[in-house]
Amino acid sequence: MTLTATAPTRPASTAKPQRRRGILSYWRFYLALSPFYLLFVVFGLYPVASTILLAFQKWDGLGPRKMVGLQNFRFLIEDSTFWLSLWNTVVLFVMSTAPTLVIAMTLAVMLHSAVRFKGIYRIAYFIPNITSLVAAAIFFAAVFSTNFGLINAGLRSLGLPTEDWLRQPWGIKIAISTMIVWQWAGYNTIIYLAGLQAIPTEQYEAAKVDGAGPFRTFFSITLPQLRPVVLFTVIMSTIGGLQTFTEPQVMVGNNGGTGQSGMTVVMYFYNQAFFNNDYGYAGAIALSIFMLVLLFTAINWKLLGGRGRQ
Amino acid sequence: MTVKWRGVLMHALLAIAGVLCLFPFYWTLVMATNTTSDIYRFPPKFTFGSQFDDNVHAVLRNVAFFQSMGNTAIVAVSTTALVLFFDSLAAFTFAKFRFPGRNALFVILLATMLLPAQLGAVPQFQTMAAFGWVGSLKALIIPAAANAFGIFWLRQYFQNSIHDELVEAATLDGCGFLGIYRHVALPSARPALAFLGIFTFVGSWNDYFWPLIVLTNPDHLTLQVALSSLNRSHGVDYSMVMTGALMAMIPLIVIFTIFARQFIKGATEGAIRG
Repeated sequence: MTLTATAPTRPASTAKPQRRRGILSYWRFYLALSPFYLLFVVFGLYPVASTILLAFQKWDGLGPRKMVGLQNFRFLIEDSTFWLSLWNTVVLFVMSTAPTLVIAMTLAVMLHSAVRFKGIYRIAYFIPNITSLVAAAIFFAAVFSTNFGLINAGLRSLGLPTEDWLRQPWGIKIAISTMIVWQWAGYNTIIYLAGLQAIPTEQYEAAKVDGAGPFRTFFSITLPQLRPVVLFTVIMSTIGGLQTFTEPQVMVGNNGGTGQSGMTVVMYFYNQAFFNNDYGYAGAIALSIFMLVLLFTAINWKLLGGRGRQ
Repeated sequence: MTVKWRGVLMHALLAIAGVLCLFPFYWTLVMATNTTSDIYRFPPKFTFGSQFDDNVHAVLRNVAFFQSMGNTAIVAVSTTALVLFFDSLAAFTFAKFRFPGRNALFVILLATMLLPAQLGAVPQFQTMAAFGWVGSLKALIIPAAANAFGIFWLRQYFQNSIHDELVEAATLDGCGFLGIYRHVALPSARPALAFLGIFTFVGSWNDYFWPLIVLTNPDHLTLQVALSSLNRSHGVDYSMVMTGALMAMIPLIVIFTIFARQFIKGATEGAIRG
């Protein structure tokens, strides 16, 4: 077998190809790439494209699809449950992401200056992130439960009144965001730690010579240098946070618990599609979530400046 | 002196954070070894009991636990194997060869990562119905058999770790495309493949949204869906449900602690480089 087709070139190479070859002689490469692109077209592109079309149709899954124009969106604007689920999602996102990233940054800075036990801390901090969402949600529902939950036991032993955490609007949100913080603070700590370790030490020595204290050093050297890493964590938290589903679904059930205050947009989408069989309406919700994720990602990018990539 | 106390305070805070991270596992174990009525008292019990066997039997009575675990293992192992093969092949091609359309295809690959796949669940379900895969494990394995993240991640690794001269030398020695892939690319990418493998395995093991939708037969579930339905139907029996959660977590915790160092290293490299 001749191997002209596999002649390696590096991107910077200036050597011109000796002769132009037919596109078919590269078949091995296209074949090697084909599994991903085939799967993507069938199971990635088609479903999303079809969902966009669905957003402008009415369909119960059995009869024919009917084009209805913007009717689903008109209904969406009037739908108070949709706005409630949107509000819940954004509130949960803020309530979980802000503490997660602040805690992670604090722990990472401390861990960076620690000498001993670094390896053990890293493993301990990472474990919540590989724990299954379902198991963790069951655990946190138990911690916040009214009759025997640890939170209420703690309040009682301090002589404070107990709360019906999972039966009140804010209690539900606190329980869900506590779980998200538990699951993600450690992961982000490890990411920030790796970012901190990549900052050249000369910069810190220069700051020390200039007599800058630890807080000045953190805000004028550490944080600007960490910008790309912070952007990465914020974008990942946004994409994940706006699609929260499992935590509330397991903790308070499909309808989002008391006053539907645990209902997120993805849960609402799931209910409309797979319980109400209102596929067109579900498509409109899905499209709104997609736009929301794009919007938030763009805002993050703008605020944190996406050009500092390494 | 102040420096020393600052060190002590710092380690105290780091240790508290570590304890909070691990506490749920300890508490789960406490609940799983006691009866529900032991848990239902004040002050709560913080010591291990002797009810673990009973609780395990109760879990096995209420849900097809081992069958679900078997299903999960089949899905996680086959998904991981397919992802490792397809992703490494594509990544190696992108990293070391030049062909028409390469850059355009790579840009498309990156763009696909922005698509929120779970929002396509309705047409996805219809596709599965058309293929006759509803309720079958194929519906979980095949769509996940190759992914953009893995290709992107491995490509960077191949670019940095395999010298072009090595590929050239192998070509001159008469190695074909697949030969170079097998004898040059795969051996040098072992750490990267290990990370991607564990990452895929963990993700597949813990996957919930899509299995919940497509596994319509209640007797044929994956572990996460079975656990969730156990929680829904027997939620009042907390020690039993927690025992189920514990049993579902154990395999992953074991795998993670064995590969923890490699895995954490890989996870952070991806974030810092990306």
